[in-house]
Amino acid sequence: MSYAELSTHLVWASLTVLTVSMIAFLVDLTRLGESRSDLASVARLGGRRKELVGVGAAGGDLTASLAEATARAAGPGGDGEVTERPVNRKAAGIGMSTATLGWLLLVLAIVTRGIAAGRTPWANMYEFTLVGACVALTVFLLVSRFRDVRFLGAFVTLLAVLFLALAQEVFFVQADGVQPALQSYWLVIHVGVAITAAGILTVAFVTSVLQLLRDSRDNGSAVLNHRAFRWLDALPTPSQLEVLSFRLNAVGFVLWTFTLIAGSIWAEHAWGRYWGWDPKEVWTFIVWVVYAGYLHARTTRGWSGRRAAYFVIVGYACVIFNFTGVNLIFDGKHSYSGLTS
Amino acid sequence: MNEREPAAESRTAGAAGAAQIAEQGDERRPYRPEGIDDAFVAHDEDGATTAPPARGGRPGADGAPVMPKLGWKGTLRWMWRQLTSMRVALMLLMLLAVAAVPGSILPQQSIDPSGVTQYLQDNPTAGKILDKLGFFDVFSSVWFSAIYILLFVSLVGCIVPRAVAHTKALRQRPPKTPRRFDRFPAKAHATTATAPDAVVDAAVRHLRGRVRWLPTFRVETGTDAQGRRTVSAERGYLRESGNILFHLSLLGLLIAIGTGQVLHYRAQVIVSEGHGFANSVVDYDTFESGAFWRASSLDPFSMTLDKFTSEFTTTATAEPRNFTAFVTVRQPGAPEKAEKIRVNHPLDVGGAKVYLQGNGYAPNITVKDAKGEVAYSGPVVFIPQDTNYTSQGVVKVPDVSAGLDQIGLVGFLLPTAASDDPTQASIYPQPLNPMLVLNVWHGNLGLDDGTPQNVYRLDTSDMTESTKDGKPVTLTIQPGQTVKLPDGLGTVTFDSLPRYVALDLRYDPALTWILVFALGALLGLALSLFTPRRRVWLRVWSEDVTDDESGETRPRTVIDAAGLARGDDSGLQREVDGVVESAAGTGSSTASSNLPRKAPR
Repeated sequence: MSYAELSTHLVWASLTVLTVSMIAFLVDLTRLGESRSDLASVARLGGRRKELVGVGAAGGDLTASLAEATARAAGPGGDGEVTERPVNRKAAGIGMSTATLGWLLLVLAIVTRGIAAGRTPWANMYEFTLVGACVALTVFLLVSRFRDVRFLGAFVTLLAVLFLALAQEVFFVQADGVQPALQSYWLVIHVGVAITAAGILTVAFVTSVLQLLRDSRDNGSAVLNHRAFRWLDALPTPSQLEVLSFRLNAVGFVLWTFTLIAGSIWAEHAWGRYWGWDPKEVWTFIVWVVYAGYLHARTTRGWSGRRAAYFVIVGYACVIFNFTGVNLIFDGKHSYSGLTS
Repeated sequence: MNEREPAAESRTAGAAGAAQIAEQGDERRPYRPEGIDDAFVAHDEDGATTAPPARGGRPGADGAPVMPKLGWKGTLRWMWRQLTSMRVALMLLMLLAVAAVPGSILPQQSIDPSGVTQYLQDNPTAGKILDKLGFFDVFSSVWFSAIYILLFVSLVGCIVPRAVAHTKALRQRPPKTPRRFDRFPAKAHATTATAPDAVVDAAVRHLRGRVRWLPTFRVETGTDAQGRRTVSAERGYLRESGNILFHLSLLGLLIAIGTGQVLHYRAQVIVSEGHGFANSVVDYDTFESGAFWRASSLDPFSMTLDKFTSEFTTTATAEPRNFTAFVTVRQPGAPEKAEKIRVNHPLDVGGAKVYLQGNGYAPNITVKDAKGEVAYSGPVVFIPQDTNYTSQGVVKVPDVSAGLDQIGLVGFLLPTAASDDPTQASIYPQPLNPMLVLNVWHGNLGLDDGTPQNVYRLDTSDMTESTKDGKPVTLTIQPGQTVKLPDGLGTVTFDSLPRYVALDLRYDPALTWILVFALGALLGLALSLFTPRRRVWLRVWSEDVTDDESGETRPRTVIDAAGLARGDDSGLQREVDGVVESAAGTGSSTASSNLPRKAPR
């Protein structure tokens, strides 16, 4: 078996393992949701009917339990301390170990791909997608070492599985060398940092989406208060999610800025101009401006919280479009998908 | 809600530190430790409590707000404050992002002029309107420029007052120790047997850090009304410095780019092997320069293309792997120098950079007219049309002998012609089986009236094509072959097949500055986002405790500490704990507002 074939098999293996991981994480979320939603819904109810409770509309045991649940739900650390009996989180453990295995397989797949092509393994859309998924997983596993973010697992692995499937089925190209314009150490730096930024922004995007969902559920959205969304109660509070998303986005934004600068330097070397409003450059600029808008929105009164989170969604949509749409629809100097239409 | 104090609203998330500093300078506003509430509440509260009187107006007799008269000065000030407010900056940022989108969707004059022409042909009505509105030149259009100029004006209006406030804040001492610690997000408490003075000394040493000339915290010690020792410390001034550096760098970047625009020049030239060019405006095929560029500033040098080599994969797709142009550079007062130009490796010469932008074949062709006179001899550039270098070209042969027609040869050069059908497209980019496939026209080329012509296109309006049996005559010629032209027009010889390269020359004196400002922006951004901005306070006092067992009374030292951070700061509690621990040797912590730390397994 050649390295190229081995790489492809490893990607499939990783995809399979990550699917298992995703299912495990989903099971865990459901369990958490079941065990917490009783208390949390009581707490929410209590919050909404505080006035009624205050005037003694509900009596006896109910008042006591409501007050207790409310106090605990609103206590320091928020949701983290709501449950009393320990929830069985074996599924999350399985999710973590399979996610780690899937990540390892993916790293091996990328390394063998690089060996097969005899160059840095991120020179076309297929490889970019593989590495992007890998970075998102890396960020998740890395953050997991310091904080309990297992609730992110289901969504990060879901995106990783989607990315890998898309890569294998749509973007696949044979491992090969690259054209002269790509033969530069800037390929390692510029594209490498771009993928890292994209991977980090992916995890931040997931966090912001969860923030919005949880916030909507807490504020009594009819759709999100359906039983099917009980797992949202297992998540940290919207403000905790916001903080996590911001930290990731801040790192992502700095890396994106670096991508832009490195890209300009490379463009100056390869094409004789540092900036030429090529479609990819336009969209990289748009992404940068949207995330700059996000950072400003966060500190503007009336724009923090939900509205700032919308910026993250729009920004990530631009990142995805910059990668797929710009590569496939527009004809520019960055058309390195390697796909022949 | 920003009219009174533009400086109080931050330009970036990381900039939040400035607001606090600005607040200190503003006597009208009481100091309120921000960061105690979570980000959502804090801002909403601010918005509610600090509504400026200038804008809200007072309710009139009928309850409706009566706007105070501003006057033209007031109106101007109001407009300026609006422009420099965060909200407007945010709007402009969003507008900028949206305005850039059509630049990627519609063909742009600066990148793809033929695409624009095509679009105008396909959509005559819409195209005309879009063209009028500048949609085919988005990034130099009035509206796009207006947005970014307003954005930069807003930036200046916001960052300059903040820079002034920050330079003042840089000289200020840390704020006094607050009377009560219970409202702060991070707290610690400890008791120790060490004397208070020693505890304070240890805390100060810890806060200052090891590097003497660059202390981590700026520290102030004192004694409060009750005679208790206090320590107040602040760190992270670099956060706002970084924020200001970032924004000023963006401004510098814009200025540098503009400077480069007016001082730059750019030239393109096509050179075939064995030929060269001199660095003068007339030698270039195209030349454009900025408004303040002077032709006299061109560095005198000349360059000859000695050889061009290329490598392709031997697969069916024949992907390019390497292009190298070997050139000789001559500069006055210096020996000849052999140099290489490759993609990604431009050549620095005479202050400019020379880029290898394209390549192809320029077959040497000799045409003799009916009288046997050489009417044309030299390389003819054939432009590649596909990845296998099927190239199109035109040979325009003037009339040298009196009374003869001018001749135009139009057709293709195939580096590797298929052996079965030589008139089809080339099957490989390297010259394995070169073939010229030409059609012959004769008549008037239209060269003589002096109107400029496209050298790659034959104007056939005044010419006739040579035919045989009603079909155009197609000549196929291999290198070294001489073929008779139809209709007794003469002969054509395919002498040899040299390559040509398309070179781009570019001179932009602002490049270094652009890089400096870009890196400055990156550094500033990282500093403003990742520098923790923290205040730590300690109160240390001595009290007597009675030992339960022995009943003895002896003194012990109590340490109370609190911390406050700008924005979200996961390390604040650790910082406070660390100070107390090194001051006392032990410490106790209260809950942090962050996600639960991972429990040890």
